[in-house]
Amino acid sequence: MNWTLILPELVLAVAGLVILAIAVLPKRDTDFAASMATLGALLLAGVLVVAQPDGEAFLGQYVSDAFTKFMKLLVLAGAALGLLLAMDWNRKEGLARFEFAVLLLLSTVGMMVMVSANDLIALYLGLELLSLSLYVIAAFNRDSERSAEAGLKYFVLGALASGLLLYGSSLVYGFSGSTNFDGIANAITSSETAPFGLVIGLVFVLAALAFKISAVPFHMWTPDVYEGAPTPVTAFFATAPKVAAIALLTRVVAGPFAELAVQWQQVLLIASLGSMILGALAAIGQRNIKRLMAYSSIGHVGYALIGLAVGSELGVRGLLLYMAIYLFTNVGAFAVLVAMRRKGRALEGVDDLAGLGKSDPAMALAMTVFMLSMAGIPPLAGFFGKLYVFLAAVQGGYWTLAVVGVLSSAVSAYYYLRIIKVMYFDAGEALDPRPNSLSIVLAGTGLFTVFFFLFPAPFLAAAQAAVAALVG
Amino acid sequence: MNAAGFPLLSLLTFLPLVGAGIILFIRGEEAVVASNARWTALWTSLITFGLSLILWFQFDKTTADFQFVEQISWMPEFGLGYHMGVDGISVLFVLLSTLLVPVCILASWEAVQSRVREYMIAFLVLETMMVGMFCALDVVMFYIFFEGVLIPMFLIIGIWGGARRVYAAYKLFLYTLLGSLLMLLAMLLLWYEAGTSSIPEIFNLQLDPSVQVWLFLAFLASFAVKVPMWPVHTWLPDAHVEAPTAGSVILAGVLLKMGGYGFLRFSLPLLPQATEWFAPLIFALSVIAVVYTSLVALAQEDMKKLIAYSSVAHMGIVTMGIFTLNHQGLSGAIFQMLSHGIVSGALFLCVGVLYDRVHSREIARYGGVAKIMPSYAMVFMLFTMGSIALPGTAGFPGEFLVIVGAWQANPWVAFGGALGMILGAGYMLYLYRRVVFSRISREDLKALLDLSPREYVTFAPLILLTLWMGIYPSSFLSFFEASVAALVTRHEAAMALPRLAGM
Repeated sequence: MNWTLILPELVLAVAGLVILAIAVLPKRDTDFAASMATLGALLLAGVLVVAQPDGEAFLGQYVSDAFTKFMKLLVLAGAALGLLLAMDWNRKEGLARFEFAVLLLLSTVGMMVMVSANDLIALYLGLELLSLSLYVIAAFNRDSERSAEAGLKYFVLGALASGLLLYGSSLVYGFSGSTNFDGIANAITSSETAPFGLVIGLVFVLAALAFKISAVPFHMWTPDVYEGAPTPVTAFFATAPKVAAIALLTRVVAGPFAELAVQWQQVLLIASLGSMILGALAAIGQRNIKRLMAYSSIGHVGYALIGLAVGSELGVRGLLLYMAIYLFTNVGAFAVLVAMRRKGRALEGVDDLAGLGKSDPAMALAMTVFMLSMAGIPPLAGFFGKLYVFLAAVQGGYWTLAVVGVLSSAVSAYYYLRIIKVMYFDAGEALDPRPNSLSIVLAGTGLFTVFFFLFPAPFLAAAQAAVAALVG
Repeated sequence: MNAAGFPLLSLLTFLPLVGAGIILFIRGEEAVVASNARWTALWTSLITFGLSLILWFQFDKTTADFQFVEQISWMPEFGLGYHMGVDGISVLFVLLSTLLVPVCILASWEAVQSRVREYMIAFLVLETMMVGMFCALDVVMFYIFFEGVLIPMFLIIGIWGGARRVYAAYKLFLYTLLGSLLMLLAMLLLWYEAGTSSIPEIFNLQLDPSVQVWLFLAFLASFAVKVPMWPVHTWLPDAHVEAPTAGSVILAGVLLKMGGYGFLRFSLPLLPQATEWFAPLIFALSVIAVVYTSLVALAQEDMKKLIAYSSVAHMGIVTMGIFTLNHQGLSGAIFQMLSHGIVSGALFLCVGVLYDRVHSREIARYGGVAKIMPSYAMVFMLFTMGSIALPGTAGFPGEFLVIVGAWQANPWVAFGGALGMILGAGYMLYLYRRVVFSRISREDLKALLDLSPREYVTFAPLILLTLWMGIYPSSFLSFFEASVAALVTRHEAAMALPRLAGM
């Protein structure tokens, strides 16, 4: 029993419980201390992840390899950045309670279990731990009707997805005789002889995961939840859980169901096409910037899925790179959204950004960088993400994906440009000064987005190692 | 490998970026910042231009090979590298870019008063992108620079432009982006087929004609928008009218050349069969562009719009020349691009001079300017003649060579081109007559001042070049002689291949 493999998860879980136990005692506010402790725990977990040896634990339920390391570091980074975004916001909104940090920690544990899961049971365990934390966080602003609605909506649809996942898992178990990914892989020798029930089970599992990554046609909850949840929570939703769910999806299709590629490729192809098109078209008319970002994130999932749908190593590498770049760019963009506050009131309209180019040139510049990066304009980071997935599509001869991909990126450029237009070309009042924590996030993610092209090699190498671990 | 002994092209490309970085960190009061930003930008661009003159003197005109080559591996596992170099086709465009940027900065000295710092940064970034694009010898780098141009251009038009600037900026961005993305797919295929993104190595590919057709269309989608060719030219008049003067100068002077350069760099050498196959289509579009937009130009009430349409017509001559696929046509096309860069850039500056004083681009608003601003009238006349392609000015050798080349390809095409020249004389002289001659239509025009010393300095290099290119074109033609010859030979060899195999 190689229990040291789950040391990072243990650290986070124990930290969560300790913070929970200690923070209830004193009378005064403990949220700052709790947040700092959480950041510390995330950092420690990050160090442990890097130092972790490769291997399997708990009878093969749990794996650790270059792929899980890559994804876990992204998840941890996403969680830490999400917490940084939330700290100041929660204080200003009167939501400064230590439970937020604890929930975030627990959801991170869930995500890390998802990433490392090598068994349907572990998969479900991680996913539920994540989801339950997220339901509560979505409704964290409990006095706000919209936040409560977001939480409830997310819960109902999330529960449905969990049901789909369980049903699919039971079918897979029934027809393959194993819940372990390796066992399932051994049971499937070729796509022709695979029992039909197994394929049905696979489709159910894919549908459930598509819910989590909000891919079309399971995206409906996204705009409402994104709009209703407090902005930093939306930022968190849009980044870390998505990365974790993508990691899980990749592991599932590339591991146990590798032989059924013909089947899942069709599903992912349609999901990818649908997400790209919907993400590009539906965002155009949005006036609420959080809804806009929701559709934008649906679109990005579509691009990322190109990498998976083509079913090649190059594609998976593109996918990993895409998710890494997406994470940092998105956190940056959401940092601007979190900073949107005038006379103490939080704002959500696209038009509320008007005049930012004059009143806060640095933030406007950062937002411009993020928007152009999301539109895939070189030399910004987002371009390279798209470059590699499109390269994979071209290499595999998936011209439909490639052409629809470039066309929808041209369409989506329109609404990203609209934000730049509002900031620079329209006149408006100044926003409240942004807190330092946001400035740090903005500077960090902004520099990453701009200068990614100078140092792509370590990212590519890490992604390459991750793919090799996954496939080899 | 590198004749200069140091990475000259990288220096030319990234020096403006350094200047932009310095401007970013200027602190102080707004007026001080503005003045420092102007001077920093001017000096940066002047030093860049000075350095680029090394290319003029040290370029080896006897070879078609790439020179001043720099190569660093960047993402080796993908075959992606940092690869710079110039050949006869691109070298003069680099010089054109480095020349026009200081001219533009001088031209915006007083015209731009708001957000000067950002304006100058945008121009320097633009210079980096333009120079980088002409130097890039790697498809991904080429694409990065090609597309990167859009960012500063979008902001220049959108922030410092005229009344309908937002619409124009969007149109420019989205038109170009859509085309470019299709080109990106074509480039990815080339990259994948060749296993490397280095352009000289991609040249060794022998592509199947059916693949070539698709690649050609993808490249066409991008370059046709950029040139712009009829019927995807409609973004240009809008962009020109709304852009600030210097923005128009760069747009006409350099950005439009990117399309023509792209044809020469990618379509012709890589896709010989498809080029031959599509040449009639391009001829047809070019002739339509030349004749139709010339007629449209005749009817314009707005000076900038008129010159914008004349640009489309002149660029029609360029595409015509490129696809004649013979020596005269190609040389003429390249020469025409260079001369158009100088002459139409200068014409936009001429409009800018009046606009700065009167704040109107409407032709009917003016009249009798010759009596009030005689020096200006002289300068304007020179460039008008250049645009008409009067022998002895820059416009003539290019158009003449293209028509000679087109005659060999198809006399009717040559006829279309010649018709364009006649119409060109019509609309330009009509413009000149209405603005400069006739009686002074309004009293307030009498108060106009003639060219200021700054404006003289701005125009001086362009006047010099217009005359030099017209009177002694050989000093420019000799640069791309060898490259054009190599291109023609390459094309003929590629076309001869299947025929031999069939025999």
